[in-house]
Amino acid sequence: MTYTTHADLGGLPGFGPITLEPEGEWFHASWEPRALALTVAMGATGAWNLDMMRAARETLPNYRELSYYEIWLFALQNMLEKQGLVTPEEVRAERLLRESPALPRVLKEADVHATLARGASTERLPVQPAQYAQGQKVQIRKLQADHHTRLPAYVLGKKGVVEKIRGVHVFADANAQGLGEQPQWLYAVAFDGVELWGNAGSPGVQVCIDAFETYLEAL
Amino acid sequence: MSSIDHDHSELGEMDLRVRALETVLVQKGYIDPAALDAIIDTYQTRVGPRNGARVVARAWSDSAYREWLFTDATAAIASLGYQGRQGEHMVVVENTPERHNLVVCTLCSCYPWPVLGLPPTWYKSAPYRSRVVKDPRGVLAEFGVVLPQAMEIRVWDSTAEVRYLVLPRRPVGSEGLDEEALACLVTRDSMIGTGLALLPGSDLS
Repeated sequence: MTYTTHADLGGLPGFGPITLEPEGEWFHASWEPRALALTVAMGATGAWNLDMMRAARETLPNYRELSYYEIWLFALQNMLEKQGLVTPEEVRAERLLRESPALPRVLKEADVHATLARGASTERLPVQPAQYAQGQKVQIRKLQADHHTRLPAYVLGKKGVVEKIRGVHVFADANAQGLGEQPQWLYAVAFDGVELWGNAGSPGVQVCIDAFETYLEAL
Repeated sequence: MSSIDHDHSELGEMDLRVRALETVLVQKGYIDPAALDAIIDTYQTRVGPRNGARVVARAWSDSAYREWLFTDATAAIASLGYQGRQGEHMVVVENTPERHNLVVCTLCSCYPWPVLGLPPTWYKSAPYRSRVVKDPRGVLAEFGVVLPQAMEIRVWDSTAEVRYLVLPRRPVGSEGLDEEALACLVTRDSMIGTGLALLPGSDLS
């Protein structure tokens, strides 16, 4: 195993109390709006996909010590360096030191509103029928992914019920590795809290995740 | 916002780092600096939880709209002008006397931007993300919400590209209110599930 995510937090103990925040408090440091905008604008260039960026964020070794916009900025810079678009020397010098490849698109001011309003659907046309049906009992495979995955560890091996079929979506695990979209059926799968946590969790709880078809097996 | 303005007089390490990166990206032609301003403006002034509040107020007032939300939330929400990035695949989950819904992303910070705007810090942080799938009653208590033990709690972990909006229960005493007044009762937290809609008289207006 060479891939380590630091972001899979469901059920882990020891992170302390929640710090509440009033509505409309968007940023907490002067650089954060710019870090957000740089991330969104570079994401729109097509230099990478969102799953690749999530992988870059969750593998930052000090992920759990960083604020969220620090995570975003450091992952952005890592991604730019990895893709050969910007060098650390250029950031230090604060100027262009060498020519670098052109990108598929550049997000211009006039296109910002339409681009954000359009978004990027991950839904694709089905090429084969869904393997599982609504109401069917399923078990989560005990997969140990050596790459980015959207399967949280706390459901591995757990039994649940297909709550809803969500359509066919880009398979994040493949897309994050640059292996193409490989779309799959996606299912909302509901678990009883006792199945997940025994009696250690709150009573009367169900947890629902969105799971790709290859995460599941029939019971 | 005053603390942020004040910070401009003395640029910190992160300010310098972001400025350096932006400068290089602009010189390379990867970034239009005016586009950055437009993105920031969008999420500071145009997109936020008041959008979601209007969706909820419409659902409380119009049963056909409410049904539409359950059959095709993405289209129903787009009909009010809210759509796009991080809201491409919307699902609305309804609180009832029997069931309370809560939303989280244990893996990162997935959140329905077109209706709620940027997520609050706690939503993106480890204490909430780690605990809410295991002890939602304990988490709710930290938000000042205590639900009857008999009420089922359902936690929606946004592990793929589906984004969830909670439709809170319409508060008692709100019968005669119009949509605008109803929207003032709908808090951000009530649409994440960490709060309830406000009672008339204690609203945001």
